[in-house]
Amino acid sequence: MATQSSSLWQKHAIFEKNSIILVIGIIVAIAWGGLVEIVPLFYLKSTIEKVDGVRPYSPLELAGYNIYVREGCYNCHSQMVRPLRDEVERYGHYSLAAESMYDHPFQWGSKRTGPDLARIGGKYSDDWHRDHLRNPRAVVPTSIMPSYPWLEKTPLDIKHLGDQMKTLSIVGVPYTKDMIDNAEKDAIAQGAADSKDVKGLQDRYKKIIVRDLGADKGKLTEMDAVIAYLQRMGTLVDFKLYDSKANIR
Amino acid sequence: MRVGELGLIVAFAALAAFSLLVTAKAWTPEYAFHAALFALGSVAAVIGIFKRYGARSAEWPAQEIDGKPNYNYGPIKFTSTIALFWGIAGFLVGLIAALQLAFPALNFDLPWISFGRLRPLHTSAVIFAFGGNVLLATSFYVMQRTSRARMAGDLAPWFVVLGYNFFILIAGTGYLLGITRGHEYAEPEWYAILWLVVVWVVYLLIYLFTLAKRTEPHIYVANWFYLAFIVTIAVLVLGNNTEIPVSIYSSKSVIVWSGVQDAMIQWWYGHNAVGFFLTAGFLGIMYYFVPKRAERPVYSYRLSIIHFWALIFLYIWAGPHHLHYTALPDWAQTLGMTFSIMLWMPSWGGMINGLMTLSGAWDKLRTDPVLRMMVVSVAFYGMSTFEGPLMSVKAVNGLSHYTDWTIGHVHSGALGWVGFVSFGAVYCLVPWVFNRKGLYSLKLVDWHFWLGTIGIVFYISSMWVAGIMQGLMWRAYTPQGFLEYSFVETVDAMHPMYVIRALGGGLFLVGALIMAFNIYKTIASPEASEVPSGRPELAPAE
Repeated sequence: MATQSSSLWQKHAIFEKNSIILVIGIIVAIAWGGLVEIVPLFYLKSTIEKVDGVRPYSPLELAGYNIYVREGCYNCHSQMVRPLRDEVERYGHYSLAAESMYDHPFQWGSKRTGPDLARIGGKYSDDWHRDHLRNPRAVVPTSIMPSYPWLEKTPLDIKHLGDQMKTLSIVGVPYTKDMIDNAEKDAIAQGAADSKDVKGLQDRYKKIIVRDLGADKGKLTEMDAVIAYLQRMGTLVDFKLYDSKANIR
Repeated sequence: MRVGELGLIVAFAALAAFSLLVTAKAWTPEYAFHAALFALGSVAAVIGIFKRYGARSAEWPAQEIDGKPNYNYGPIKFTSTIALFWGIAGFLVGLIAALQLAFPALNFDLPWISFGRLRPLHTSAVIFAFGGNVLLATSFYVMQRTSRARMAGDLAPWFVVLGYNFFILIAGTGYLLGITRGHEYAEPEWYAILWLVVVWVVYLLIYLFTLAKRTEPHIYVANWFYLAFIVTIAVLVLGNNTEIPVSIYSSKSVIVWSGVQDAMIQWWYGHNAVGFFLTAGFLGIMYYFVPKRAERPVYSYRLSIIHFWALIFLYIWAGPHHLHYTALPDWAQTLGMTFSIMLWMPSWGGMINGLMTLSGAWDKLRTDPVLRMMVVSVAFYGMSTFEGPLMSVKAVNGLSHYTDWTIGHVHSGALGWVGFVSFGAVYCLVPWVFNRKGLYSLKLVDWHFWLGTIGIVFYISSMWVAGIMQGLMWRAYTPQGFLEYSFVETVDAMHPMYVIRALGGGLFLVGALIMAFNIYKTIASPEASEVPSGRPELAPAE
């Protein structure tokens, strides 16, 4: 280095001659971005809109959500309608942060090899979903989605949903003790429309869709859980009543 | 027996016992399988340490031999060759996944190999298994050579390389069995991450202790990048894996963050996995192997200082560009876009420093295909770090996001930059650490180079066309003001592009297979000292 001794460049030698100072320098340099972009999201009240209707997953829906994650559906389907004209017309109202506030993990996705699913709930019948998941090409001839025939052959494991709900309640999902204690009963009731437990389920979870799947006779499958999850998706907020002006940010 | 050996034997014996307990009480067979793997691995570690104890000499390995550092190449030999195995496995799985998108019958209606489980296997295999092992191999080599000191630690380097590959095994088999956290590039579950954290801390300690032993006054620039990679990846993994296991008998965990915060933290992690794993780490490779191979000094010392600090400071902000127009607040999106555009400059600082190192040695590109591979990789680095800022502009992102343009962009970086610079480094490294005179065949490197390059061009150009076409089709309106295409019509239009992409990936895979053959033949050839010197041996009189 032929520079004068006053040069700023020579000051850099302190990093080059001391690995601990170099590591500290690196940590200081990389700290800012994360701190500035992440920390305020937990404090700014405008981050998550105030809306009515969003509630935690019922046990059966939670089981469906688990299977959605397990099969890697997020690799091809987003759950995030952007506020762009064509998307709002194709899928429905743009997604709100509040709608995924109980998703641990979030499932917004990053790729649409298949369509967005944020507003899929109620658009197709249960039977359509059943046919489609069994073999997508039965209802959409040129679909490239894999078939999921094992879902309706695999009995649903509901034994540990209560444990998961309990863990979720630790990280802030408002599951009550009542909900956690009744997890198994509620999972079955959501697939057994005639069951006496339906009343309790409906008290605990607003706007819940109960089906007659013979769940009380032990017939609940993974397919039923996935469909319960899909049919709920994007339906909790009533956008006729939603005031977007109240949530400008 | 040494303290380290004894300590590790006790620790692994305890881990084996604990893993057996978990195997017995696991809630699912998949998790029981993983616990059993942990038990088996621990037992194997205990046996391995005993065997090594029986075979080794009583003294510590010499720090110097004849005044030259006694470099420790064993773990480097292991990682540089297993990297090729993982690379080929990862490329192959990628090819299968690409073909599944063109021909969905290839999912075979089997859960384990359906696209949703195979895609994470592909990304993890190429990034963490292939890329990770290349980084371990090159960093262990570079830190020893530029420090002129033997690597610190006795069993520790083996613990790191074997432990890391065990982590890969747990992660990869987990995806196929449906064990995932559902975060892209961060799918491994809590117990795999706990194991990785232990391995990673030891990795950092080996690095710092080796630097502490150095006989060179300055820490060479490549080491700055490797250190930034090791330290930042640790921070990112801890931040994005803040989770509570449902039970120690369950593979499932619940992440503390949810919804919008989880999205922001995931892409803070995700983008900087690109920035610090796939960029900083591989820039460390560039800063050692390009000057070494070209036999020229690094172009500019000052540029390396500026672009190092600017790169690591700016990169960390760029995450929100993965979340444009989502429910992430606008201020965060705007910050992400602004820093992504600024990031163009330090990225090109690195490219310029790499390319200009060739000053006065450009003629070598004609004769040395290994150097050519590394130079082209730097050019791909420059191209994808220009494309990235472009795609982070919200107006462009509105079109490109969710489409295959993103996939093309990633692969120009992954195949062109990370892939080629890794191949180049391994081509250099294997003859050095195995003490061979040179590669078995430079002609085969030439074939590898051209097949790979043509494969990349097929791949990225088909994905540009596919992505831009699909983005335009999604937003196309008829003159009457209706959406022109249903979603599945846009899927149909992708088919020819998906076929061309698979062809490109296939060519890239063939190139890697040629490399594996070439490396195998190189290692199988006699050691450098055994090679006849060229002087004819005198025949004894009869």
